[in-house]
Amino acid sequence: MSTTELPTALRPRLLGRVVVNIVVGIGVLYTLLPVLWLLLAATKDRDALARSDVLSPGGFSFFSNLADLFREDAGLYGRWYVNSLLYAVLGAAVSALVSVACGYAFDKYRFRHKEKLFGLVLAAVMVPQTVLALPLYLMASGTGLVNTFWAVFIPVLFNPFGVYLGRIFSQGYVPDEVLSAARIDGAGEVAMYARVALPMLVPGLVTVFLFQLTAIWNNFFLPMVMLSDQKLYPVSLGLYTWNSSARVDPDYFPVVITGSLLAVLPLIVAFVLLQRFWRSGLTAGAVK
Amino acid sequence: MTTTAPPGPAPRTITAVPTTSRATTRRREHTACAVLMAPFFLLLVVVFLIPVCTAVWLSFFGADQPGLGFGPERTVFVGWRSYAVVFTDPTFLAGLGTILGYCLLYIPLLVVGALALALLLDSGAVRLRSWAQLGLFLPHAVPGIIAAIIWLYLYTPGLSPVVELLARADLTIDFLGARAVLPSIVNIALWSNLGYNMVIFYAALRAVPREIIEASVVDGAGPVRTALRVKTPLIRSSIVVVVLFTLIWALQLFTEPMLLSLSSPMISSRFSPAMYIYDAAFTRNNYGLAAAASVILLLCTIALSYGVTRWSNRAGSRGEA
Repeated sequence: MSTTELPTALRPRLLGRVVVNIVVGIGVLYTLLPVLWLLLAATKDRDALARSDVLSPGGFSFFSNLADLFREDAGLYGRWYVNSLLYAVLGAAVSALVSVACGYAFDKYRFRHKEKLFGLVLAAVMVPQTVLALPLYLMASGTGLVNTFWAVFIPVLFNPFGVYLGRIFSQGYVPDEVLSAARIDGAGEVAMYARVALPMLVPGLVTVFLFQLTAIWNNFFLPMVMLSDQKLYPVSLGLYTWNSSARVDPDYFPVVITGSLLAVLPLIVAFVLLQRFWRSGLTAGAVK
Repeated sequence: MTTTAPPGPAPRTITAVPTTSRATTRRREHTACAVLMAPFFLLLVVVFLIPVCTAVWLSFFGADQPGLGFGPERTVFVGWRSYAVVFTDPTFLAGLGTILGYCLLYIPLLVVGALALALLLDSGAVRLRSWAQLGLFLPHAVPGIIAAIIWLYLYTPGLSPVVELLARADLTIDFLGARAVLPSIVNIALWSNLGYNMVIFYAALRAVPREIIEASVVDGAGPVRTALRVKTPLIRSSIVVVVLFTLIWALQLFTEPMLLSLSSPMISSRFSPAMYIYDAAFTRNNYGLAAAASVILLLCTIALSYGVTRWSNRAGSRGEA
């Protein structure tokens, strides 16, 4: 390439660079601005909200909003928050352990009809939650579990996609030689899983945990079907109810907005703290 | 083992030892395998297989009130009646139509948008790449119901700075009106999932061997051509996975319209098939009808998943040939 050609070759490239950055910038603004609006709106009192000027400095009342939020309906929001944390953190932890153990067994052991059984697991990934809701509700009311903690907690433990991920992670992270070595040392099979394989599977475990944490924190349909006692509600369902009240009573708007902001925080914290795990997990789940 | 066996009566016991121990090892392995799989498969049976079978069973039964509706209610076999009712119900068919429109608008926007952003990020021309990625991914951490609440407020005149700004420019768009309501719902879903799928595509693009990209550059392909003709076909399997999962999720559309229905007269309580099921089961208490609609939704999901997989396999083999 001669030097006289360089400027003409560079000019479109520079233009391209600018265009690329503008397009990505617009994308980022599209995803960020609504969250920013939520953040600003949570600091405003009801009058400032109604004037729809969240940008002007007047009417700052984040702390009184926060106090209102936890005072509303005798501190119901705090209960919802604890419920959500229990459903999501505990549920996702148990679910990840159960799913990854099963995925590991699918990878490391041979038995009859293995691939057919795995096909059943994959089919379960495809089945919509809405299809299962009514029969689950009838089963729960048959066993007296409807409108209890367990009615929401047990169904969310089931995570077939976690089994699929567990199998992939087991292939990638647990070499067969390590297991043979442990067997020669006389380790029992289950103890070997707990002491040798599980530590190697931690990144996979965290990924499955995060996937399920997000899913349970998002869960709305199942609690709506199962629960009638407001004290058992997760945050999602609680905010839905308050938002319905806000149609009649505008006093609810600031608490719904502040409550929404707080409900976003745990997942952001989880994603930031565990990001080096989920990045690899996302790749394993999607690329294969 | 056998080579070290001494002559005499001993070989019998010595060869017997490995076989029994191999048998016990296999038995122990099977036990361990069963122990590790049992919790998951217990859940699979209780919260998946039994409910699916119950749904199918329920769809063939209905409540019948003998004696002109004054007698006690009892459950009777009604055959395909519930299915006939669902399929001739204009509200259910309208719900299917809504979902079709939703998918036709949402899936292309999502896939093209996420792919375009991923390709741009991968082009290396973007500044602050990891910050851009983080910003785009952020909505994934916002639960669906809260995304719906945020956007509902951004659509509501009197609360929304967006409506305010448009009004200043003499534009009035009723985001919850008859013509805009479906695009408004698509926008919520798009906002929630754009960054997440972008990350999936971006991860797949990073896994593309650099030599292939360099080869295409040497062949004289510009950056746009490389992106569209070389990189995109190479991450085809990721695109198929994203389309498949988006489709399955789209068929379950519930949260966003449910929340918006309180504020928009255009969203009835049977707006989508999932809302139809909820309405049939828990408002009208017609379990047979709800079960039949559930089974139909399930069959649609299976058929579409199968269709997408088949289509991608055929397109793939044609592409390689």
